[in-house]
Amino acid sequence: MQQMNQILRRIPVWAVYLIGALPAPWLFYQGLTGGLGVNPIEALEHRYGELALQLLIGVLALSPLRRFLGLNLLKFRRALGVLTFTYVTLHLLVWLVLDVQVPSQIWADIVKRPYITVGMAAFALMLPLAVTSNNLSVRKLGPRWRSLQRLVFPAAILGGLHYVILAKGFQVEPLVYLSAIVVLLMLRMPISGVLTRTRQADST
Amino acid sequence: GVGLAGMAQGAAAQETLEPNTWEEITSYNNFYEFGTGKDDPAKYAGALTTEPWSVKIDGLVDNPGDYDFKDIMSEMTVEERIYRFRCVEAWSMVIPWNGFELADLLNMAGVQEGAKFVAFETALIPDEMPGVRYPILEWPYREGLRLDEAMHPLTIMATGIYDRPIPNQNGAPLRLVVPWKYGFKSIKSIVRITVTDVEPPTSWNMSNPREYGFYSNVNPNVNHPRWSQASEREIGGGLFAKRIPTLMFNGYEKEVAGLYEGMDLSQYY
Repeated sequence: MQQMNQILRRIPVWAVYLIGALPAPWLFYQGLTGGLGVNPIEALEHRYGELALQLLIGVLALSPLRRFLGLNLLKFRRALGVLTFTYVTLHLLVWLVLDVQVPSQIWADIVKRPYITVGMAAFALMLPLAVTSNNLSVRKLGPRWRSLQRLVFPAAILGGLHYVILAKGFQVEPLVYLSAIVVLLMLRMPISGVLTRTRQADST
Repeated sequence: GVGLAGMAQGAAAQETLEPNTWEEITSYNNFYEFGTGKDDPAKYAGALTTEPWSVKIDGLVDNPGDYDFKDIMSEMTVEERIYRFRCVEAWSMVIPWNGFELADLLNMAGVQEGAKFVAFETALIPDEMPGVRYPILEWPYREGLRLDEAMHPLTIMATGIYDRPIPNQNGAPLRLVVPWKYGFKSIKSIVRITVTDVEPPTSWNMSNPREYGFYSNVNPNVNHPRWSQASEREIGGGLFAKRIPTLMFNGYEKEVAGLYEGMDLSQYY
């Protein structure tokens, strides 16, 4: 694992930003040119949303990966977080501009349709995280920055829930996403802390 | 019933409809027996064996039995019907179906006195349908109509699209098409038709009665609890397709509104 961490340390953060950002214009281009099928608005909206959830699961996995496997990817946490927010924003923009289109209906949808209410709440919780994801904010906010970043936990639950309650019928995939989020959050709870301490005690 | 005048209006309405392409109609489908993705049916429905195919017609009919699909076709007159198709998910297409009136099939079986409803069932073949491994709905898929809806001249059994046999993903070898109702009422790959005197259970209504009623007529004034039904997106308009207003009874109001006279459509949704 030590070797692995050394290799990972050599990967520049900008490479993660670049690779993570590429699907955004690529999917849009695919949507324009027929590569996303005959309902490209729906397809683009869903693909951006799924990418956001996948990146979010990636962010949440970083701490447990280090704690339980010793794999250190924390260097890429901000990049993955910023990319998550980017895809959430793109997902929201496709919904607003290409999908709903009617401004008067947007507010009605946010208030009346639970899956949209939940999705918008998740976006609202992520806004302050995105705004403060820079070194200046980290310095200025001090310890408060860490507490603020914990907003990602409720945001993640709401994001997973958003997908589960928009699905028609009893579908497996949204439940897989929500379960992954819940499990990753549970791995951070005190009980897992006890486990780690026990393990550390064993190894000394 | 609907006389010649009604049919002439229907024909006039058809003239203005521009059908979607074969590619659009056959690549974007909801057929959960083959998966919940819109491209799953086109990918996996090829495995469905549609020959031989028989339809059991039973219940309150004079001539119950298993009817071979070929024998049905030899008795029926197939014609083209260009209909709007409005999905409950607020997208729509225009499809040039080939098919025969359901009334002709029911009359062949001989509907008995006291019949009030018609129930339909989709094939359930787990070896050929990867989607039924999951309890997305209670299989087999079930749908139903009131007898007068079933006998209405706009209600057809479709067996083709663009004069070609209907592809498996669109419900081969024969499916229902009720153009004034949301698409899920138009049940695919039918293996059983039961004429009955009680309202039959229907799959989406069983799964979520608050969201899907027995009637499920296209109605821009009654929203789905999770989204508005006031407008729809036409398939084929690309990434910048504008939404268009949804029409009452999907544009077939003149022909079918009479069926629901005196009914509160927000209660019987």
